[in-house]
Amino acid sequence: MELSVLLPFIVNVIIGGLVLGFVYAIIALGYTMVYGVLQLINFAHSEVFITGAVVGFEIFRILENSAMNGYLKLLLALVAAMIVSGLLNVLIERLAYRPLRGAPRLVPLITAIGVSLILQDTLRFLEGLQGRFDLTYTLPAGFGNKFCAAEGSTCAPLGNFLRTIGVDVQLKDVILVVVALVSLSVLNYVVNRTRLGKAIRAVSQDRVTAGLMGIDSNRMISATFLIGGALGGVSGVLFGMKFGTINAYSGFDPGIIAFTAAVLGGIGSIPGAVLGGLLLGVIQNLIGVTNIFGNLLGLANLETIDASYSKIGPFIVLVLILIFKPTGLLGKSNVEKV
Amino acid sequence: MTVANPAKPAVRPPLVKPDRTVLLVLFFIVTSVLLLVSHETDIMRNLGPLGDVLRNKVVEALVVSLFLANVLFAYLWKAANWAKLLVGIGSLLFVLPLAGQADTSLLDLSIQIMIFAALALGLNIVVGLAGLLDLGYVAFFAVGAYTWSIFASPRFGEVLKYYGENPGSTGSGTLATGLVLTAVTAGSMVYIRGLHARTAPNRLSNLSFLLAGFGLFAGIMLVGRSIMVLFSGSAEALANGINPGFFWLFLALSVMTAALVGVLIGLPVLKLKGDYLAIITLGLGEVIRVLANNLDLYTAGSQGITPIGSASVPWFNSLAGALGFRPEQHYLLFLYVLVLIVIAVILLVNVRLDKSRIGRAWIAIRDDEIAAQAMGVPLMQTKLIAFATGASFAGVMGMIFAAKQTFISPESFNLLQSITVLSMVVLGGMGSFSGVILGAAVVTLLNLRILPGLGEASANVSWIPQEVNPANFNRFIFGSILVAMMLLRPEGLLPNKRVARELHHDQDQEDESAQGNASGLNAGGDVYSAGLATTKEDDKPGGER
Repeated sequence: MELSVLLPFIVNVIIGGLVLGFVYAIIALGYTMVYGVLQLINFAHSEVFITGAVVGFEIFRILENSAMNGYLKLLLALVAAMIVSGLLNVLIERLAYRPLRGAPRLVPLITAIGVSLILQDTLRFLEGLQGRFDLTYTLPAGFGNKFCAAEGSTCAPLGNFLRTIGVDVQLKDVILVVVALVSLSVLNYVVNRTRLGKAIRAVSQDRVTAGLMGIDSNRMISATFLIGGALGGVSGVLFGMKFGTINAYSGFDPGIIAFTAAVLGGIGSIPGAVLGGLLLGVIQNLIGVTNIFGNLLGLANLETIDASYSKIGPFIVLVLILIFKPTGLLGKSNVEKV
Repeated sequence: MTVANPAKPAVRPPLVKPDRTVLLVLFFIVTSVLLLVSHETDIMRNLGPLGDVLRNKVVEALVVSLFLANVLFAYLWKAANWAKLLVGIGSLLFVLPLAGQADTSLLDLSIQIMIFAALALGLNIVVGLAGLLDLGYVAFFAVGAYTWSIFASPRFGEVLKYYGENPGSTGSGTLATGLVLTAVTAGSMVYIRGLHARTAPNRLSNLSFLLAGFGLFAGIMLVGRSIMVLFSGSAEALANGINPGFFWLFLALSVMTAALVGVLIGLPVLKLKGDYLAIITLGLGEVIRVLANNLDLYTAGSQGITPIGSASVPWFNSLAGALGFRPEQHYLLFLYVLVLIVIAVILLVNVRLDKSRIGRAWIAIRDDEIAAQAMGVPLMQTKLIAFATGASFAGVMGMIFAAKQTFISPESFNLLQSITVLSMVVLGGMGSFSGVILGAAVVTLLNLRILPGLGEASANVSWIPQEVNPANFNRFIFGSILVAMMLLRPEGLLPNKRVARELHHDQDQEDESAQGNASGLNAGGDVYSAGLATTKEDDKPGGER
């Protein structure tokens, strides 16, 4: 392949990876916040987030023929998904994890796996009752168009500029990144600037001491699950927008990748989760096109590596990071005591 | 503050289990007759409406379950030894094969149950005894299955053909190079290990060990490749796979391959704790599945390998023929007996390991890693042995599974399978052999008989929508098993005493004071127990954080 063709191609692959990475980053936040307060991998988070995706699908489906503004529809879908996923996450914590506080570590972990399975089949069942399995998003008109493609619009110069340097993005990708950035800054404000955030951080540092300081740790844990679930709802809608078609079981892969992202960035660290998500998105997209590099470098063996291998990329990253830097890129090390 | 209890401590009468010999034998006879009758079509036809009831899928599943409960009761109840032996041997060696003669699916089911029982026993070593949550356990099962399937199917001929057509520059020179490389690197690895035993390992020696490891890998690849090329001439002769006589050799090979893969997977990841280990084993399990899906030359990708051969033992076949089995049943009957023997061996290994030095080391690691290390338990080595032992059980059963199914594809080894096995262990009770086998039987019966039976029954009822078909609710049911067991009875149905004591730490203390042996030591127990309740987490030593 010619270099003049390859370069824009690689740039697009990386941009696609970054867009994907923002979705992973927001899912990863759900894992990392819960891990921060409970030291539990919330396996059910992948289903909490796919619930958000299903809710988003339903909103878009119901509003498909209404004359409502596309952005308003999106806002409605996001809010509904946040509420449902957030409450679902709180409910899970209340029913399944809270009774097990203080049990050996494996016990809540196995429970989380169980909850995840239950939710998968429940979602499938609920959608199946209406005769659906694969849910295809009906996005508002124009979301799938090229970004700033319409001639004469105010942003046409930007769109033209991007196209001349070979960058090819859709409007929905831009919306996705904007929504992700907004939710990240809101989260950042809540965690770092409010009393609630301070209390959550205190609980995640040391639950017993936080309790002695008058913080109701159970309420804070519920709040964390609420925030994490709401983020899951947002990421679900974004995920549905990005991939178009989802089903009740499709939360598993992005869930694992997002967890890897959380570990890569340093579990418990919010900026780390974002960094890890972006990195993994890019890595995954690059693995998907390894065969083109192989072609370029004349390495025939690389040609057999195709997109089906991009699934195992995150696991390899996870193994490497856990072996060489278990605290993650931005995580703090903590010494284990007897 | 607390005055020693002046009243005489209430002495609990010792629990005496009633002798149930008669009941056991009666139960055995009734369920056996039910099982045999319900699978005898001639009699069923004459029974009229009763026959229809017995032929109902759900009822049939219940009859089979009741019959299998025989073995459980023989184990649990207090009864004369002759009765226990009679029921155990009678049900497994006589009644089941006899019923299987009329209905082959029964043999199939029993084999499946025992395969899963072995898997659950293997996972039990890893999760229940050593406390390492492995969510990719089914990968070892896959390794065992593919080890046999690639060689005992037309795949082998095609692999040879491929190498015959693409020999590259491979020749006898490559073979020699590969052999020398393998020998040299293996030798240096042994040497460095010996060195490490005497002096502290340093960076250089570690690096050279790693380098030698890569060299060994490359050497083995070279040898493998050149052997393939050298033998490519016989691709025609081996078009249907290797001689079934190799079955016995591969039975050993599959154990070793799976154990080796267990060690290879375990080496990098066993340093990790609890949930990290869980997610990484899950990932590596998926990696093996993706590899099986993509290495088309060896595994035929998602199409799967078929037909897979099995051993054929002439004297066994003539024996089975003499007993009235039809020729097409010989094969299943043979596998049934084989599985029975293998599971007996596995059970024996388990029981012996449990009481051994290594078994105690596993339990020590599970209970408190740091304390165990302080007591001189070599962490890595002990965990690796647990991984390899668990993997080897899965490997041998994987091979038998492949021989039974005669078809395998990567889809037989997905994450849901790993979780199914985990739910067997959790249901029966982590660390308890009898419990784990019970769990395997219950979950397999649910999966293969009860759910499909219910599904078939509900399909004929008009007001039940098709989506509610219970056969599609595997995940829901396994999820519920996991959650319900963890919330209500984390020690499982047939608990291991030690695990149960640990999980019910608080109640135990109360029990002791109630029993009245708390005069001196536990006098202040009531005062402290309130405090203990709030800092319950600190009960758990930090090793598990």
